[in-house]
Amino acid sequence: MKKQLILEDGTVFVGEGFGSNSPSIGEVVFNTGMTGYQEILSDPSYCGQIVTLTYPLIGNYGINRDDFESITPAISGFIVKEAADFPSNWRSETSLDEYFKIKNIPGIAGIDTRKLTRIIRQYGTLKGAICNMEENVDSVIEKLRATHLRNDQVKQVSTKTPYPSPGRGNRVVLVDFGMKHGILRELNKRDCDVIVVPYNTTAEEILNLSPDGVMLSNGPGDPKDVPEAITMIQGLLGKVPLFGICLGHQLFALACGANTEKMKFGHRGSNHPVKDLTTGKVALTSQNHGYAVEPDSIVGTKLEVTHIALNDGTIEGLKHKDVPAFTVQYHPEASPGPEDANHLFERFLQMIESKKQEGAYTCQSVQI
Amino acid sequence: MPKRTDINSILVIGSGPIVIGQAAEFDYAGTQACIALKEEGYRVILVNSNPATIMTDTEIADAVYIEPLTLEFVSRIIRKERPDALVPTLGGQTGLNLAVELAKSGVLEECGVEILGTKLSAIEQAEDRDLFRTLMNDLNEPVPESEIIHNLEEAYKFVEVVGYPVIVRPAFTLGGTGGGICHDEEELIEIVTSGLKNSPVTQCLLEKSIAGFKEIEYEVMRDSNDNAIVVCNMENIDPVGVHTGDSIVVAPSMTLSDREYQLLRNTSLKIIRALGIEGGCNVQLALDPYSFNYYIIEVNPRVSRSSALASKATGYPIAKLAAKIAVGLTLDEMMNPVTGKTYACFEPALDYIVTKIPRWPFDKFESANRSLGTQMKATGEVMAIGRTFEESLLKAIRSLEANVFHLALNDADEIDNELLEKRIRKAGDERLFYIGEALRRGVTIETIHEWSQIDLFFLNKMARIITFEKALATVPFDAEMGRKAKEMGFADSVLAELWNATEIEVYNWRKEQNIIPVYKMVDTCAAEFESETPYFYGTYEDENESIVTDRKSVVVLGSGPIRIGQGIEFDYSTVHAVWAIREAGYEAIIINNNPETVSTDFSISDKLYFEPLTIEDVMHIIDLEKPEGVVVQFGGQTAINLASKLVERGVKILGTSLEDLDRAENRDKFEHALTNLNIPQPKGKTALSVEEAIEIATEIGYPVLVRPSYVLGGRAMEIVYKEEELLHYMKNAVKVNPEHPVLIDRYLTGKEIEVDAICDGETVVIPGIMEHIERAGVHSGDSIAVYPPQSISNVLREKLVDYTMKLAKGLGIVGLLNIQYVVAKEEVYVLEVNPRSSRTVPFLSKITNVPMAKIATKVILGQSLKQQGYESGLVPEKSGVYVKVPVFSFAKLRRVDITLGPEMKSTGEVMGKDSTLEKALYKGLVASGMKIPNFGTVLMTVADKDKEEALQLAQRFVSIGYRLMATSGTAQFLQDAGIPVKVVDKIGSEGPNLIDVIRNGEAQFILNTFSKGKQPARDGFRIRRESVENGIPCLTSLDTAEAILRVLESMNFSAEAMDKQVEKREAVLS
Repeated sequence: MKKQLILEDGTVFVGEGFGSNSPSIGEVVFNTGMTGYQEILSDPSYCGQIVTLTYPLIGNYGINRDDFESITPAISGFIVKEAADFPSNWRSETSLDEYFKIKNIPGIAGIDTRKLTRIIRQYGTLKGAICNMEENVDSVIEKLRATHLRNDQVKQVSTKTPYPSPGRGNRVVLVDFGMKHGILRELNKRDCDVIVVPYNTTAEEILNLSPDGVMLSNGPGDPKDVPEAITMIQGLLGKVPLFGICLGHQLFALACGANTEKMKFGHRGSNHPVKDLTTGKVALTSQNHGYAVEPDSIVGTKLEVTHIALNDGTIEGLKHKDVPAFTVQYHPEASPGPEDANHLFERFLQMIESKKQEGAYTCQSVQI
Repeated sequence: MPKRTDINSILVIGSGPIVIGQAAEFDYAGTQACIALKEEGYRVILVNSNPATIMTDTEIADAVYIEPLTLEFVSRIIRKERPDALVPTLGGQTGLNLAVELAKSGVLEECGVEILGTKLSAIEQAEDRDLFRTLMNDLNEPVPESEIIHNLEEAYKFVEVVGYPVIVRPAFTLGGTGGGICHDEEELIEIVTSGLKNSPVTQCLLEKSIAGFKEIEYEVMRDSNDNAIVVCNMENIDPVGVHTGDSIVVAPSMTLSDREYQLLRNTSLKIIRALGIEGGCNVQLALDPYSFNYYIIEVNPRVSRSSALASKATGYPIAKLAAKIAVGLTLDEMMNPVTGKTYACFEPALDYIVTKIPRWPFDKFESANRSLGTQMKATGEVMAIGRTFEESLLKAIRSLEANVFHLALNDADEIDNELLEKRIRKAGDERLFYIGEALRRGVTIETIHEWSQIDLFFLNKMARIITFEKALATVPFDAEMGRKAKEMGFADSVLAELWNATEIEVYNWRKEQNIIPVYKMVDTCAAEFESETPYFYGTYEDENESIVTDRKSVVVLGSGPIRIGQGIEFDYSTVHAVWAIREAGYEAIIINNNPETVSTDFSISDKLYFEPLTIEDVMHIIDLEKPEGVVVQFGGQTAINLASKLVERGVKILGTSLEDLDRAENRDKFEHALTNLNIPQPKGKTALSVEEAIEIATEIGYPVLVRPSYVLGGRAMEIVYKEEELLHYMKNAVKVNPEHPVLIDRYLTGKEIEVDAICDGETVVIPGIMEHIERAGVHSGDSIAVYPPQSISNVLREKLVDYTMKLAKGLGIVGLLNIQYVVAKEEVYVLEVNPRSSRTVPFLSKITNVPMAKIATKVILGQSLKQQGYESGLVPEKSGVYVKVPVFSFAKLRRVDITLGPEMKSTGEVMGKDSTLEKALYKGLVASGMKIPNFGTVLMTVADKDKEEALQLAQRFVSIGYRLMATSGTAQFLQDAGIPVKVVDKIGSEGPNLIDVIRNGEAQFILNTFSKGKQPARDGFRIRRESVENGIPCLTSLDTAEAILRVLESMNFSAEAMDKQVEKREAVLS
């Protein structure tokens, strides 16, 4: 069935609908990854967004049981050049179309996604709607312009209640702002005893769980829309080692007195080079963010920039000068994308270990 | 890390002649690298034996040596030039092997030459099967069960353990020469024996076959700071079992999930880090279609055919950056040349689909074994870009110029189901089209998958094409379906056939319906960043990104895939034409589809359209760009063939007009023109029936040259000596009828002369005359050409100049022309005139310093030769002697007869240059790969007609100390003349025979002249093939043998005993 994609700047694309038939409004963003659509569509950070994939063939290897990054996708829609009608891969269980029907997500195919990407690149991220052909274009545009997109995405996607994912190793409290399963998987792989808590858990509640470290997850939207998390992070600083990813990184920066800003069209893809300022080496990283820490706002804080994006120089990693805490804007858990930065989880665990040593030493000296 | 300042001069080793497995991609890589190193301020010294390349132009490096790529000659250059460093990884396997040899010989150490980039130890670790397997075991990376073997017994032992099928991979060879898959003992003996012979270290890897796995390649780069990236990954549509150079390849991979993609990416990066690669590297992997299990197939620690493809597929210039990495720069400090704004340390994101299809030489070699395995057979390839897989595939098919325009083959409907299944089960060059036919017959994709192991994803896409084709046929000129067809990549010619219309009707209808393509940019970043790279492909979508400028523009048509008869020489001329157009102030636009070449490097032209060279694809670009005109004379026959259709559509051809092109190519018009100019040509007539043919031949006298009039490039051309041979030819080789006449010409036994010239209508500049070593009858591309001519009189020379000037002006040539003459009994005859750039243009341009393609382009654009400072006549001859020696790839093509004749068979060429003919020939022959030992044995089996002449040669061989062996007939003849010769038994006789002599390496040269009958069963054929299989030079022309003799004679001091003067002494005494 033919459908239209209408953008707030007045551009109209006509394509073939797939997945759910229901209309959708959201922020239109693009991702340049050539693989990993299943991880992308299930990444909670895309909550409220309609994602266009620049790679033209989507759905080739189908949808499988394993590669989801959340149980329920939070994405508002998918825009593709072609949605494969015949997926082929040994793990494939269903097609993109069937899966979207089940999950009630609308998709539109047959779009000149390169043209759309170029519009986003020039205009910046913009609002758009996937709707039926009967809809009047002008009124949709008017409606789009008048719409204020929801800003409580974190609340929508975060877990409502804490739950454990037990292990025998270090206890890590993982604050879920819209956590990708990949983060939990990486911690579990390292035998961490993980407790996942909602985004609005207080510092005190977290500390009561006696964590060896706290992990701040990724998540959707503007970090300034989750002030309660900023307070929570401030309450944890110095008391327990912290590691933050993506939204967790931005919240950490805000908690330390820096500022964040909205980017024109963000970084979304699997090929983003990030330079480690300590080693001088570059890692290819998976990224998905529309906000970034403002470089000038670092001045006067206790923060030190550890990583930058090679191409636009934006801040990709921070550490606290005094207390054990570091964060990155990109996704060391990959899924999808390169696993070059996977060692950061080791670094987090090393930080936990050295904090423990330090603690043990302090305890000993107290006893003496 | 900043670039090295402790080195000043760098030696770059090229890859030598074009052979199967090592082609134009190394001209592209080498040229890029040399320019990159010069850009960084180094003095670049280049050595390469191939004159047909851009790389060996004197502007590309500071010092260019066109010398044999052997230890002897390159050592000499090193001692003379004393470079500080050497880059070994840009000249393919040849360059790499030579670098290893140089290092081992000690010359690098002696002269203090450092190897840059990837270290030799790493190269050996990647190339030596044993070291590589050990490394993989250390890294815990899986390799298929395998065993290094040095003889047949070891091969048996391995097979006893793992069973058949096994793959044989000879060590250190190009394109898998001598390798293959063995399913039984017979194949094992054959392939292992040939593999061991082909390996310079007599070593083969026997490997458990993992045929059927997905074959995936990663093109990776790493710098000295350990930054490592993947430039591109590619998936072979043909699963493991077919050499990647012979596989249809798509980029990026299409059936891999992100987990599989990252799994193989991690492995690839882990391997290049462990090897310590500094530069580009290719990693080939096999992935189980039903699990995460994978194997490493091989690693090429250098730029390669795949890296050229990856560069063109992504826009990311691998060779250029690899060269810069070699001098110490790191990826994070270099800009991505495509965007100019972002850094080179990133991984390109594609927003299109790339398909590569190999171009095989089986149209030339009909008797060749067409099945595909681990030994590469393709001479070239095409690439196409589309926004859907279907579009990309169909565009690639029609780029092939193999008379296919769709997923369909002429006459495929005539083959029965059984044969169809067989041809899909066993990979061959036409499998893709047989799959199309099977789908048309309703065979399911599951069945085809079972036959071919090709992934269902690709088969489903092909099935969609066939399904759509059927629906399309029922709705002629339906706009919606028509648009959809174009989106799927259907050619106008296919629509025309389905709709019972003409191609031009479909084209015009589409324009009315506004169904026209847009052009999108290849920008490495999927439009994330703004780029200004002028690299475009066409597709049927909304937004066009190719902005037409106000500047006047000229379109140059490239020459498409490299094939026998149309090689890299035409890309050379194309590039020069583009440069000249830019120099003249026009915007130069190039259209081409060959990913291996310099012309498709986006930095060469103002605009590059990577598109098929068919009339519709070219016209779309012309419609958009509205150029001043189109230049067709540099793109070989590909471009010339489009001329008439372009003119029909109102496009202006710049240079020689269509009418004049036609006059040179149409036999009757040409004959008429020659009569008017009073220039003789060999007598000839057109026969419409067998009877008429006999009549004509009798009239003009045998021997005659026969060929069908409807094919070009010497195909099916033969020299026949008597009536029964003519009858055989007429019955077997051609189908003669009034629509398909056969041309019969008097065959003149004489010296063949080749002349290239430039004409502007008034002035005719002749840069040089070349004389062929082999007499007329051997295709000019397969002859050794000598500049300047060594054996023609001044009178003849003047006559040649006179004829050339008359022809150039008389035929209305504006630009280049190439003429082939034959000189018989001091009379000059014209064999043919090619009103275009020729194979010898780069060779002559380099020798004479007359940049022919450039001058011709300026002539075409309206600047007269006089204005350019050239006068009519022959350019004064240069001192020294220059020879062009053809290079063949027979070792890669089983069952192909190597006899030289009117059909061209060589794939490349080398140049030998020195002060005398003998020295130049020596260099040329050595550069072409021939070993010239100064003593040994010649095995002679010559046809009766040649015996008299062979006698002289035999005598000369004997007098320099060579021994002779011959089969009974030839031996008898020699013995009768008093020449000592050892008789060898014929094939099939009891006990050791001729074949054993060859196999045991008892002869250093084989002289075999052709006797009639083309059936491979003939003994002559077996002798020739055995010599190829065993790497012994086999001379099929007495002239080539004579040339070698001259070289040998000049190398050898004479070995004559003192005259005894017995009689005289007696006389004195008495």
